[in-house]
Amino acid sequence: MRYLLPLLLFLGLALMLALGLERDPRALPSALLDRPVPVFERPVLEDPGQQLGSAALRGQPWMLNVWASWCEPCRQELPALRQLSARDGVPLYGLNYKDRDDAARALLGAVGNPYRASAIDADGRVGLDFGVQGVPETFVIDARGRVRYRHQGPVTAEVWRDKLLPALKAAR
Amino acid sequence: MSARLRLAARRLAPVALGALIALTASSGTSGASESGTAAVSAAAPAAAIAELEARESRLAHQLRCVVCQNQTLAESNAPLAADMRQAIREQLRDGRSDAEVVAFFEARYGAFVRYSPPWQPSTWLLWTGPFLLLGAGLAALAAALHRRGAFAQGAALDALADEAPFDPDNDEFEEGRPA
Repeated sequence: MRYLLPLLLFLGLALMLALGLERDPRALPSALLDRPVPVFERPVLEDPGQQLGSAALRGQPWMLNVWASWCEPCRQELPALRQLSARDGVPLYGLNYKDRDDAARALLGAVGNPYRASAIDADGRVGLDFGVQGVPETFVIDARGRVRYRHQGPVTAEVWRDKLLPALKAAR
Repeated sequence: MSARLRLAARRLAPVALGALIALTASSGTSGASESGTAAVSAAAPAAAIAELEARESRLAHQLRCVVCQNQTLAESNAPLAADMRQAIREQLRDGRSDAEVVAFFEARYGAFVRYSPPWQPSTWLLWTGPFLLLGAGLAALAAALHRRGAFAQGAALDALADEAPFDPDNDEFEEGRPA
């Protein structure tokens, strides 16, 4: 007992520190999980005469990718997003966060547009409603309009296969 | 666990509990006074504006910048922090209370956004941890003192000297002397 207790304390501390190393302190759980998706209605980047809103997207599970042309990881994930969403037929929408419209359109024109439509969020208020910490972020929303998953950081093929697609399939 | 240790723990428990209650009570009252700011009177616009700015600044000091997580909104230069300060300003202008503004951010970023975490199951250990550690330390100290006291009573004086804790100064002194 005399020697066992310090040993157990040490092992417990070592375990906690090891687990702490594995975790990303910046990755916070989204406060929106299993809550209704924030209501928004914004002009469409590709066609500013039209509006894209959360209400119109009810009834099907969909993904929302928050992106900006000034964000390097966003530029990098665009080709992967385009390939993966086309391959799996996923309704992927964009939220163009605090960006210049011309710069955003130029980027989509250069690397290809993965989105069915992107809503313009020039002042970042829709992003604030989504609790966006930093772009890119990707949300999975179910058919009843609830947020089911949030991924922070660029989408890779692994993230798509292991997290986003299963969340979308579960959201039907 | 010895009977004495249990006794010491029982004696210390009310003290720790009292300190805990005092702390939660004081934090509760300070929170209430901050959030219970009265609505500003329209009769004095300059004073009202100063009041709004003071509330905005106080809220900005209570909320965390979620990009640079060890800074408050007031300290941070991040664009998102500027947006959040702007949102505070607009909501105060719209006549929302301080508590409503905090709730607005909590709904979007979670309880983490508050620099003073709320009392809820996931923060119980955070709030009570220091007192639990203090209590455990005091209990261990009391147990050690009891044990030594009992030993001294029952044993010879030289045995007590052996049991005394290691003291470097004293040790050097003993070494310098022929035994």
